[in-house]
Amino acid sequence: MTRALLSLEDVSVELPTPRGTLRAVDKVDLSLMPGRTLGIVGESGCGKTMLSRAILQLLPKRAKLSGRVRFGGHDLAALPAESLRRLRGPELAVVFQDPMTSLNPVLTIGTQLIETLQAHLGMDGAAAARRSVDLLAAVGIPAPAQRLRQYPHQLSGGMRQRVAIAIALSCEPKLLVADEPTTALDVTVQAQILDLLAREQRRRQMAMILITHDLGVVAGRTDEVAVMYAGRVVERAPTAQLFARMRMPYTEALLAAIPKLDSPPHTTLPAIAGRPPDPTRPMPGCSFSPRCRYADDHCRHAKPTLADPERSGGFYACWHPLTLPAAVGT
Amino acid sequence: MARFVGRKLLHLLPVLLAVTLLTFLIASLLPGDLAYTILGDQATPEKVAALRAQMGLDLPIWQRYLHWLWDVLQGDFGRSFRTGETVLAAVADRLPVSIELMLMAEGLGLLIGIPLAILCAVRSGSAIDRFLTGLAFGKLSLPSFMVAILLIYLFAVTLGWLPATGWVPFTEDPIGNLRSFVLPALTLAFAEWPVLMRVLRSDMIATLQEDYIAMAKAKGLHPARILLVHALKPSSLTLVTVTGINIGRLIGGALIVETIFALPGIGRLLVGAIYARDFIILQGVVLFVAIGFVLVNFIVDMLYAVLDPRIRHGRA
Repeated sequence: MTRALLSLEDVSVELPTPRGTLRAVDKVDLSLMPGRTLGIVGESGCGKTMLSRAILQLLPKRAKLSGRVRFGGHDLAALPAESLRRLRGPELAVVFQDPMTSLNPVLTIGTQLIETLQAHLGMDGAAAARRSVDLLAAVGIPAPAQRLRQYPHQLSGGMRQRVAIAIALSCEPKLLVADEPTTALDVTVQAQILDLLAREQRRRQMAMILITHDLGVVAGRTDEVAVMYAGRVVERAPTAQLFARMRMPYTEALLAAIPKLDSPPHTTLPAIAGRPPDPTRPMPGCSFSPRCRYADDHCRHAKPTLADPERSGGFYACWHPLTLPAAVGT
Repeated sequence: MARFVGRKLLHLLPVLLAVTLLTFLIASLLPGDLAYTILGDQATPEKVAALRAQMGLDLPIWQRYLHWLWDVLQGDFGRSFRTGETVLAAVADRLPVSIELMLMAEGLGLLIGIPLAILCAVRSGSAIDRFLTGLAFGKLSLPSFMVAILLIYLFAVTLGWLPATGWVPFTEDPIGNLRSFVLPALTLAFAEWPVLMRVLRSDMIATLQEDYIAMAKAKGLHPARILLVHALKPSSLTLVTVTGINIGRLIGGALIVETIFALPGIGRLLVGAIYARDFIILQGVVLFVAIGFVLVNFIVDMLYAVLDPRIRHGRA
C-alpha cells in the first residue's frame, strides 16, 4: 500500500467568540491516497469549510489548530512560511465557493493566471501567457486569448469558476481542495463544473477533496465520502458502500433532504428537524441525538466514537446504526 | 474609456458654472464698497458715484455677474487696483510655489503614510499597530503651527541644517530652492500622514479578509506581491479620495505654513488681498482655487476608473 498523500491526525480547530470558544472541527482523522477523491459532506456550520482551511493552512488568524496535518511528508502546521508558499500551487491548490469573490476584481484574468505560473514555474511572460491560453481552453472557456485581457466582472459566474479552476490547475497540483465549488452557481452550470473537475482530476491523476452540503454531488464523483456533523466525522465509507448501506441516521436524513425530480408537485420537502447544536456548548452525548429519531438515553450521555466494528471498511459513530439498506436509492 | 471621460467632463460644466456664481456672490456680499475702498480718504459722494458707474457697480447684481463671467471666459480676470497687476499674472507668479510645496508635502505624507498603513494592517491588533494608530491620533491633534515651530527650533535653530524662512527661485538655485521647501513640506506632511495612514489601514484590513486574498495566498504568491498588488490596489480608493481633497486644498496655498516660512505662494497672496481689501484679486484667486479643486477631483474620478475596472465599465 502506498503512503497517504494527506493525512489528518486528531485535527481540531477552535475559534474564540464572544460567547466562548467555538470548536469548529473536533478531533478529525482522515487520510487520502494520491490520485483518489474524497467527498466531505455536511450541512452549513458543520465545520467542513474550517476543516478545508486547516488543510490549506488558511485559517483565520485567531483560530487555534491542534493535531497534525501531514501532506506529502510535511507537517503543514509546522512548516516555515516560505516552504509552505512553495507547496501552494504546484502541490496544493484550492477552488473556493464563490467565484465572485475569489477572483481579484481589479486584476485581469491574464494577470491572475500568469502570476501563478511565474511564481512557481519560472516562466517568462510570453510563455506564461501562452500556457494560460491553453489552460483556459482546457477548462472550456471560449475565445481564451481575449479573456486574458478581461476582468472577472465581465464573465458569468460559471465562466469565473472555470477561470478559478484553471488557476488552481495551472501548476499541476497533487491535491485539489474544492470547497463547495458549485454552491454559488446556477443549477444549470453546476453539473458542468462538477464534470469538469472530475475529468481534470482523472486526467491529471491528482487527489481531490470535494466539499459539499449535497450528498447527490459526491455520489459517483468520489471514491470515498466522509459525513461531518458538529465538527466531527460521523460516518466514513467508500462511496458505493455508503449509498448502498449507510449506517448513520444523520446520513440517512441528509439523503432524504435532497429534492427529487420525480416527486409530485407541492410535496413537502423532508428537512431535518431542529437545528445543529451550539458549537460553543459541547454536549456529553452524541451531538445528533436531539434531532435523531432513534436516540435514547444512552445516546444523550455517551459520545460514540468513529469505528468500524464489522471490519467492512465503513466507519460510523453511532450507538444505533441503521441495519436495513437505505430505502432511498442514489 | 473615451466615452467615460467625455461624460465626466460634461458633468463638470454645471459644477464650474456654479463655482463662478458662488465665487462672485461671496465677493459681492463682502461688506464694504469697492469704490469707497479704491478712493480711500478722497471719497466724495460724487467721485464714488462716478467710479461706481465707471466700474458698473450700479448695475443689478445679475448683470454684473454676466459681465464678469463674460470677461472671465475671455481670460480677463481683472487687475488689482493697488498694484495694477492682473489676477492672471499674480496667480501665475505664486502658483508654482504653492504647487511645489503641495507636491512635496503630499509626496512625503504618502511616503510615510502608506508603508505605516500596510504595516498596521498586516499586524492589525498587535502592539505596533496600536502604537502607530495612537501616534497618528496624537499627531492629528497637534496643530501645524506648533509642528512648524518645533521643526524650526530643531532643524534651523539648534542644528542649523535648513533655512527657517525665505525662498529662492528654482531656476536660480535649485538646491537652495529645495532646501527652503523641506521644513514647510515636512510640517504639512506631518498633518497628512496620520489621515492617510488611518484611511488606508482600515480599508486594507477589510481587503485582507477578502476571499481573493486567501486565493492569492493559496496560489503561493510572494507575500510582497499579495500586499502590494492584490491588496493595495483595491484598498486605495479612499486613500485617493483623501489625497485628492488634500491636494485640492493645498493648491489654494497653505495659509499658515506659507506665512510662517515666508513662502510667496497663493496662500500669502490671498492673505495679502484680504488685508488690503483687494476684492478683485481675492475673487480671482478664489475662482482659481475652486477650479483647481474641481479639476483635481475630476482627476480623482478618473483614477477610480483606472484602479477599479468595474467603475470604468459602468457597473460599480
